[in-house]
Amino acid sequence: MLHLILFLFFGTICVAGAINLLAQSHPIDSALSLIVVMASLAAEYLLLGAEFVAAVQVIVYAGAIMVLFVITIMLLNAGKEERTKGSRVAILLGVPGVVIGAVLVAWTLLFRANTSAVTLGALPGGPQEIARLLFHQFLLPFEITSVLILIAIMGAVVLASRPDAVAKRHHTDTPKAMPELVGAGKEH
Amino acid sequence: METIPLSYYLVLSGILFVCGVLGFLIKRNIITIFMSIELMLNGVNLSFVAFAAQWHLMGHKDALSGQVFVFFVMVVAAAEAAVGLAIIIAVYRTRETLNVDQVNLLKL
Repeated sequence: MLHLILFLFFGTICVAGAINLLAQSHPIDSALSLIVVMASLAAEYLLLGAEFVAAVQVIVYAGAIMVLFVITIMLLNAGKEERTKGSRVAILLGVPGVVIGAVLVAWTLLFRANTSAVTLGALPGGPQEIARLLFHQFLLPFEITSVLILIAIMGAVVLASRPDAVAKRHHTDTPKAMPELVGAGKEH
Repeated sequence: METIPLSYYLVLSGILFVCGVLGFLIKRNIITIFMSIELMLNGVNLSFVAFAAQWHLMGHKDALSGQVFVFFVMVVAAAEAAVGLAIIIAVYRTRETLNVDQVNLLKL
């Protein structure tokens, strides 16, 4: 009973946050409701017993990634989005289609799927068990992700640096820099 | 001890995924579209953990792999967020807008 109450409580917060993300027109409001969704999802993981995943969800998703989003919104001074008119046919056909599809999938999952029932904290998901898997069975993917992160950092730095800053650095490094490169940088 | 069906978790994850798809389709701000993608990834993560619980109850030996997959999805999402937001900054610098309707160089 306790499990069901907690599941429904955090699930309702989760769905309300997701719908609020769609309803808000300012990006910062959407970002804050996405933080609510991620935090309540961490509680859902905790209910299943996945402690490590819940902690990582809060630290990485609700912490690091959302800080990146909020800083970008602040940096670009993003305002309210303009409403554009959608097509009427898409609304008339799409909304009933989505409702029918959702009801079908939910009905199949709830009454026809051969899923078992879980109790509170059914999974042994502490850091010890995860680490044993991560450093034995999944060692190669784990090492490859470090390369991926390195490439992502370099890509972010290259993409986000100003073009004229790159040209200026080139200019100071080699006194006889290509004049067209410096000229192209000044246009921006 | 009371139990609840695992399919409740799957339905919740489906609702989150559909909200993400809907936001991806109807939103016009490029940052909000990117947040909808993160919402979809979160929905998938929940179903990973739910299926890990199912496997554990069915007595599989390596049932915890689902949680390791969630870990990898989070790593990829972090890398994707860093690169994607840098791309958004570059787009804003050249086009001076965040509206995807006005980023239309590839349109006929």
